[in-house]
Amino acid sequence: MTTTASTPSSKETKKEAFGPVGKILGELDDRLGVAKGGRSLMDKIFPDHWSFMLGEIALYSFVILLATGVFLTLFYVPSQTIVVYHGSYAPLRGQHVTQAFASSIDLSFEVRCGMLMRQMHHWACDIFVGAIVIHMARVFFTGAFRKPRELNYTIGVILLILAIGNGFVGYSLPDDLVSGTGLRIAFSITESVPVVGSYLAFFLFGGNFPGTAIIPRFFIIHVLIIPLIILGLVSAHLFLLVRQKHTQFPGKGRTEKNVVGAPMIPVFAAKATGFLFIVMGVTALLGALAQINPIWLFGPYDASRISYAVQPDWYMGWLDGALRIWPAWQLQAFGHNIPLEVFLPAAVLPGVVFGICLAWPALERVVTKDNAIHNLLDFPRNRPRRTAAGAVMLSFLMMLFIASSTDVLANYFKISLNLMLWSMRILVFLIPIITYPIALLICKELQNSPEGGKRKRANVVLRSAEGAYTTVQAESRPGDGHEELAAEPVPTFIDLDEDDGAESADGGVRRVER
Amino acid sequence: MSNTHDEQRTPVAITTATADDPHMQPLARNPERTERIIALMMLVGLVGFIGFGIAYWYNADAWVYGATIGAGAVFLGVGITAWGKYLMPKGPFVEERHDMAGTAEEREAFAAAVVQRGGGVLGRRKLLLGTAGAGLGVFGAVSLFPLIRSLGPLPGKTLTETDWKKGSYLVDQTGRPIKTSDIAVGGVVTVFPKGYQDTENGQAVDQTILIRLSTVDLTTRKGRENWSPAGYVAYSKLCTHLGCPVGLYEQQLQLLVCPCHQSMFNVADGGYPTFGPAPRPLPQLPLYVDGRGYLRARAGFDQPVGPGYWERS
Repeated sequence: MTTTASTPSSKETKKEAFGPVGKILGELDDRLGVAKGGRSLMDKIFPDHWSFMLGEIALYSFVILLATGVFLTLFYVPSQTIVVYHGSYAPLRGQHVTQAFASSIDLSFEVRCGMLMRQMHHWACDIFVGAIVIHMARVFFTGAFRKPRELNYTIGVILLILAIGNGFVGYSLPDDLVSGTGLRIAFSITESVPVVGSYLAFFLFGGNFPGTAIIPRFFIIHVLIIPLIILGLVSAHLFLLVRQKHTQFPGKGRTEKNVVGAPMIPVFAAKATGFLFIVMGVTALLGALAQINPIWLFGPYDASRISYAVQPDWYMGWLDGALRIWPAWQLQAFGHNIPLEVFLPAAVLPGVVFGICLAWPALERVVTKDNAIHNLLDFPRNRPRRTAAGAVMLSFLMMLFIASSTDVLANYFKISLNLMLWSMRILVFLIPIITYPIALLICKELQNSPEGGKRKRANVVLRSAEGAYTTVQAESRPGDGHEELAAEPVPTFIDLDEDDGAESADGGVRRVER
Repeated sequence: MSNTHDEQRTPVAITTATADDPHMQPLARNPERTERIIALMMLVGLVGFIGFGIAYWYNADAWVYGATIGAGAVFLGVGITAWGKYLMPKGPFVEERHDMAGTAEEREAFAAAVVQRGGGVLGRRKLLLGTAGAGLGVFGAVSLFPLIRSLGPLPGKTLTETDWKKGSYLVDQTGRPIKTSDIAVGGVVTVFPKGYQDTENGQAVDQTILIRLSTVDLTTRKGRENWSPAGYVAYSKLCTHLGCPVGLYEQQLQLLVCPCHQSMFNVADGGYPTFGPAPRPLPQLPLYVDGRGYLRARAGFDQPVGPGYWERS
C-alpha cells in the first residue's frame, strides 16, 4: 500500500505529518514493520450480534479468575499439616484443622479484601463454566462449528472439559467438610477403573485416602498446570477466530465472502472494554453481596463426618445426579470386581457426552455430505434436526442435573425418596424423548411464521390539527434486528461439477439436508 | 435522520468511508445529550472507585469493598459500551474475506515438497528411521515411569486391611473405650479401634458405626450368630458406593442412609442395601463383650471396606 523503496528523507516527512505519534509509529515501523498489519488490524471488522458476547463473558471471567487467583495464592498454604486454629472466627477457635483450611479461613477473615477476592474467584468460576456452556450452545445451534471452524470448536470443547476439571480441583483446595467429601468421591471414582483403578488412585493421592499429598498436588494442578493449558488453548482459540474471521448471521449485504459489522478500533474495542468492566463489576457485586461456598460454616474436613444435602458446584451436578440414579449394578467374576455402579455413570457417561460433542462436526458431515465452507450462520429453526438433537442433549443433562438434588426435592415435594428416584430414572429418558418432536415442531412452526425472529417496529400514533388520529409504523432504525432478512432458500441439490474451483475434487452431488 | 433506510443498511468499507459518510455518523439522535448521559455514568463509576478507596482506608465491612468497586465497574463499563455503540461510527462496515486456501498451484507445490522431501528423508533411510523411531518410542515410555510410578506406593493390602484386629477395643473419637452400659437401645456412636490415631489414615479407614438395637429387631444371618452381643451391631462407616461416611441413622426404620447418594443399608439385617446405588452390604465387625463389660472386636471386618475396585473379589 505504501511505496516499498523510498529515500529516508521522504519517509521522515511523512512521519512528521502526524506529530510525535507519527514519529513514534514511524520508528516502530522501521524496526518491526507495524504499519501495514497495524492498520489492517484497526480496520478488522467484527460482526455484531448479542449472542457473540457469550464467548466474551467466558474470556473476561477467565481474566478475573487469573487476577483474583494470583491474589489468593499469596495467602493460601497448600498443606495438610494439622494446626490449631487461632484466628478471629470464634466457632472454630481451638480446633485441629489442616493448614489449607486454616489459611483459607484466614484469607477470608484476616486479609482485607480477602473475602471479596475469594468469593469473586468462586463466582467467576461458576460464570466461566456457565458462559462456556451457553457459548458452546450458540455455536452448536447456529452451525458455527462447520467447516472451516471444526478445529476451533474442538479447542472449545477441550476448554470446557478443562474448565470443569479445574473448577473441581479448585474448590477442593480449602479442605472443608464438603470439598473433602468430594475428594473422597474422586478417589473412589478413580478406584473404579477396571484393572488399574486402585493403582491410579494410589498414584494420584500418593497412597490411600486421604493421605497428605492430594492438597499440594491439586494446588499445583489448579494454579499452574491446567491454567497454563487453558491459557495456551484460549490463545489458539482467539488466534483462529482472527485468522478465520468471525461468522455472521445472513442479512442484507452479508455474504459468505465478506464480514459486516464494526471495526476493531474504535468501535469494537470500546464495546469490548466496556463489557470487560461490566462482567468485572457484576462479579464483584456477586462476590460482595451473594455468599458462596461459606467454608467456615461447613467446618474442616474430617473423614468420619459428613453433612446433609452435600452437593458439588453446579457444573458437577449432572455427574452427581447420574451417580445417584444409576442402578446398583456390579460385575463380580473370577475373583475380580468391576464397580459398574460407579464406573459407568462417573467415567463412561462423561466420556460419551464429551465424545458426542467432539465428534458432532464429523457426524453431521457424514449425514449431510456437506463439505462446503460456511461463514454465514444457520438460524436454528432452519436446521430442525440439529436443533432438536441439541435440545435432546441439553434436556438429558438437565434431568441428570435435577437428579443431583433427589434428597432435597423429595423433602420439598413431601414424597418418598423411592418415588423421587424412580421418577428421575424415568424422566431422564422420557423428557429427552419428548423434547425431540417438540423441538422439531417449534422449528417448523417458526419457519412458517413470516415474522419469526424479527423485532416488532413501534407504532406511532399521530394526531392531526383537526383532532383525527392516525397510526403509522415507525421508521426502522439500524440495530432493529433482522427486518430485511429473507430466509435464503437452502439448496437440496448442488451439482459440484459445475464448480470449477480447485477444491471440488469430490466432484459428486452434495445434498444439504434440511 | 435524513438518510433513507437503504443507505443506512448497505455496508461500506471503512477504508474508503469519508468523514461525512452516513456510516461514520453516530447512532445517537442527539449526540450532545447522549454524551452528557454517558459522562454522568462515568462520573458515577468514578464515585464508586473513590468509595472503594475510602472504604479500604477506613477498613469497612467486607461487603462494602465489592459493592463500591463493583458498582463503579458496572457504571464505567456501561458508559464505555454506550460510547462505542451510540457515539462512534454506526456503520455497518464491510470487509472482504479472503480464502484460506491457496491457489491450486500453491497447494500442489506444497504437497509435492512435503511428499518428496519427507519421502526423501524418511523413506530412503529406513534403518535410520527405524532406529530413531524405536529410540523416541522408548524415550517416551520410560519418561512416563517417574511421572506415574514415583507418585505413590502400590496399593498392596492397604485397601483390604484395617486396623481392626481380634480383641481391639471400640473407642469413640476421643479415645474412650465403650462399655455395654454406655449406649441405650436406639443409640448410635462412631467408633474406632484403640490407637487408631497413630496410623496415617486410621480416621478414614477404620471408622465404624456402632448401633444398639433391640434384640427382637435383629435378623441374624448365618455365620453371624454371635457377632451382636446385647443388640450391638457395628458396621464400617464407609459407604460401599463411593466411600462417603454413612452418617445418617434413621432410627424408626433401622436404616443407615448415605447423605451423598442416598444409599440405604438395613442395620438390623447384616447391613444389606435396601435402596440406592450401593450394590454391596456394609462390612460388619463381629463384636464380643469382655469380662469387664467393654465392647471388643472378635476379628477384623468380614470383607474389605469402602467402594468397589478391580482386586476386590
